[in-house]
Amino acid sequence: MILQVEDLNRSFGGVQAVKDVSFTVREGMIKAVIGPNGAGKTTLFNLISGTLRPDSGKVMLEDREITGLPPHRIAGMGIARTFQHIRLFPGMTVLENVMIGCHIHGKAGFLAGMLNLPWTWKEERRLMERACEVLGFLSLDDYMYNDALSLPYGQQRILEIARALAVGPRLLLLDEPAAGLNMRETVQMAEIIRKIKEQGITVLLVEHDMSLVMNISDEVLVLSYGEKIADDLPLRVQKDPEVIRVYLGEEDAQD
Amino acid sequence: MSLELLLQYIVAGLTYGIIYAIVAIGFNIIYNTTGIINFAQGEFVMLGGMIAVSFNAFLPLPLAILGAVIITMITGALMDIIFIRWLRSPSVLRMIIITIGLSILIREVALHIWGESVRALPYFTGNEITSLSFGGVRVSPQVLWTVGVCSVMVAGLSLFFRYTMVGRKMRATSDNRNAALLCGISTGNMVTLSFVLSAGIGAVAGCVVSPITYTQYNIGTGLAIKGFTVAILGGLGSSVGAVVGGLILGILESFSIWVLPAAYKDAIAIAILLLILFLKPSGLFGKSDVMALKEF
Amino acid sequence: MRRNVAGYLPVGLLAILVFILQVVLKTSGKEYFLTQITMSVYYSILIVGLCILMGYAGQISLGHAGFFAMGGYITAVLTTFNLLPYADLPVMKIMDMLGMFSRWQDLYGTDIMSVRPIYAGIFAVLFTIVAAYLIGIPVLKLKGHYLAMATLGFGIIIYRVVLGTPLFGEADGISDVPPFGIIGPLRVSGDMSERVMNYYIAWGLLLIGVLFLINLVNSRVGRALRAIHGAEDAANAMGVDTSGYKLRTFILSAVYAAVAGVFLTHYNGGIGPSEASVMKSVRYVAIVAIGGMANIWGALVMGLGLNFLSLRGYFGSYDDAVFGGILIVIMLFAPEGPLRREFFSRIMGLVRGEKEARG
Repeated sequence: MILQVEDLNRSFGGVQAVKDVSFTVREGMIKAVIGPNGAGKTTLFNLISGTLRPDSGKVMLEDREITGLPPHRIAGMGIARTFQHIRLFPGMTVLENVMIGCHIHGKAGFLAGMLNLPWTWKEERRLMERACEVLGFLSLDDYMYNDALSLPYGQQRILEIARALAVGPRLLLLDEPAAGLNMRETVQMAEIIRKIKEQGITVLLVEHDMSLVMNISDEVLVLSYGEKIADDLPLRVQKDPEVIRVYLGEEDAQD
Repeated sequence: MSLELLLQYIVAGLTYGIIYAIVAIGFNIIYNTTGIINFAQGEFVMLGGMIAVSFNAFLPLPLAILGAVIITMITGALMDIIFIRWLRSPSVLRMIIITIGLSILIREVALHIWGESVRALPYFTGNEITSLSFGGVRVSPQVLWTVGVCSVMVAGLSLFFRYTMVGRKMRATSDNRNAALLCGISTGNMVTLSFVLSAGIGAVAGCVVSPITYTQYNIGTGLAIKGFTVAILGGLGSSVGAVVGGLILGILESFSIWVLPAAYKDAIAIAILLLILFLKPSGLFGKSDVMALKEF
Repeated sequence: MRRNVAGYLPVGLLAILVFILQVVLKTSGKEYFLTQITMSVYYSILIVGLCILMGYAGQISLGHAGFFAMGGYITAVLTTFNLLPYADLPVMKIMDMLGMFSRWQDLYGTDIMSVRPIYAGIFAVLFTIVAAYLIGIPVLKLKGHYLAMATLGFGIIIYRVVLGTPLFGEADGISDVPPFGIIGPLRVSGDMSERVMNYYIAWGLLLIGVLFLINLVNSRVGRALRAIHGAEDAANAMGVDTSGYKLRTFILSAVYAAVAGVFLTHYNGGIGPSEASVMKSVRYVAIVAIGGMANIWGALVMGLGLNFLSLRGYFGSYDDAVFGGILIVIMLFAPEGPLRREFFSRIMGLVRGEKEARG
């Protein structure tokens, strides 16, 4: 098991956003987390990646407990993430954005930086090559020197993934990677996620697009009002009466 | 320490404390409608006192105070209209720096008009040595004026926000600006009004307290940081919290003189501020979740 | 690497300008300007340090005059406090043998044994590092108004302490601070005969400081700082230790302030409480803002120019008002700094009568 989540709880002022959620992710798989709006999916991601601290419960990365560690430590241990609302660094180029992803693979600190020590040049070149590799892998290398925020929306989504991949994660958390993409771009995104899996990187993703989820996931976890209501193969989840009720219920409410 | 002395300290603390509470409420009114902390809040108190002193040279006291309050309110309105109103979603940093700049300008104008001299209004009733005795504790009538007037203002404000149409519109603006806009409320005017209101209460407080504490062109910064301490102590946005926080700070300060040199009095208040900010930024009465929601 | 050379070019050009300026002032008989220029240069060291904190790490500090005063006052106290009565203590004897004390006579001929300025200066900076560390940990967890108020509060505490403590000379401050011997004949003093040397010492220090910062900005750390400024949560999630980086930047800028304080105090031969006042802190923030926030050269130019004008008394009794006014104008019309094209087009727009819509 690469990731183990046990009895995770988190509430916001009396609203239980995540309630006693437990699940596991096996190495090398793509697992999707779905559920109606407000089901606690993004909160769950924030708890795993350290952005939020859980009220109780445990998160284990392989054998090591990572519960409540700060995000940069968790990133250093091999979990990288993207954001539902794109959070690229403004005023920085595509390359620089990805080089921030490479940050943990360098060690030049304040003193070395201020003195501009020769070994830092080599390190910078190494980080740059690493970033270029990732950009090449996701076919973004043509835009390397463009301002990150000048990219079209779909490319910005891919750049978010590139930046996370540059961290060199074993587990990649994708928060709605296809949000706002058109059909063609969504198909492209599915292709990218599959390619990432082929690299041996485990993927945990939150997604609304059901066709994408059912298409690429090995397992699907369903949340509703912060609680786990199903955790199974995609085909079985689709037939689960509880899941159908939750989704139809939501659609009724929307009508 | 005798009981009388203890009570004396408490009375002194209450007098300062209620002024801090008024400054804090001034912060709250503007913060609620705009999300801005107005660093020039203390300058309103200074302006009120200074202008009233000048007017009192040729006007009877009540008219001088009225004039001072009106002019300070106009200053508040102009601050919003000239500097704040037309900014499109400014960043917090930008707003901080603008209001700091305004506080400097007001202070410098005051310096050029009134100089560095310390001024005060005459006592409203009696003089420096008049005192009323309450079971051994001697209280200047001006203390009663200060506490009384400020209490009436706090009560009046809460009635205003609860029962008048304009007050409700201001609350609606602070709850949800866009929704208020959709309801046909001119949120821009509500913001101006919040500046006018908080300038007004500051000026009144500056007038009633000036016989006791005196006033000078540069008292604003100290008042602002103490008022902010109180606003944070009581939970930003809460009037009850501001009053309780103000009294706590006033009394703590008053007792600090007993333990430490008077020169460190201001440092005490600020140390308290830093302590609260570090330990419980939501204050004694604020809800931490609400704080997390307001981008600050 | 190519970019580094390009980055160093302005530093070299500035060094040449510094030399030319000195020659011009000498030949035109205006050498008395050197004193104010030297002082402005020291203030600019603080300002470029603050520029890294505000412009790159994105954290405001309204308490930097506090760090400046910390450096200045500590070195002033140590170098003037007479330790002769304690000279027989064992610790003192050991320190004396290590050459940490100097003996001199004050104006009235009293024998004085005090800490040698170089050690006092080093201690002042070390003390500031520890203080900035202890203050930075809780303060930098705050954001926006809270951060501004907390740093302002820190600044006021320092001001009140120096104003209310007899050891720090209360309202009079500390005078008769001895010159600071660096190495060999190089020494920081306000002595007329050493004015030219001190002009170059100050510039040398500033240029080294700027060089370090340019290196830093172009390094891995500089990139991480810009990322923190742009999207702190995302930088953190990518593995950047955001709170650690902010803290280190805060300490770095405090060190720049303390170094400036130490040198200027020895140059002036004293320090007063006005150096710790809130207005000074606000002035430094104003200068960084005018310089364009994330612009070391802008901060440097504005720091030199405005401090010089202020020291020469060009602003008269409107000194503080000028800085207040500048702050407002810059923040209203050019929050990114005036050295950009949008600023001018915006001003032109205003002149033509276009109005910005209310949001």
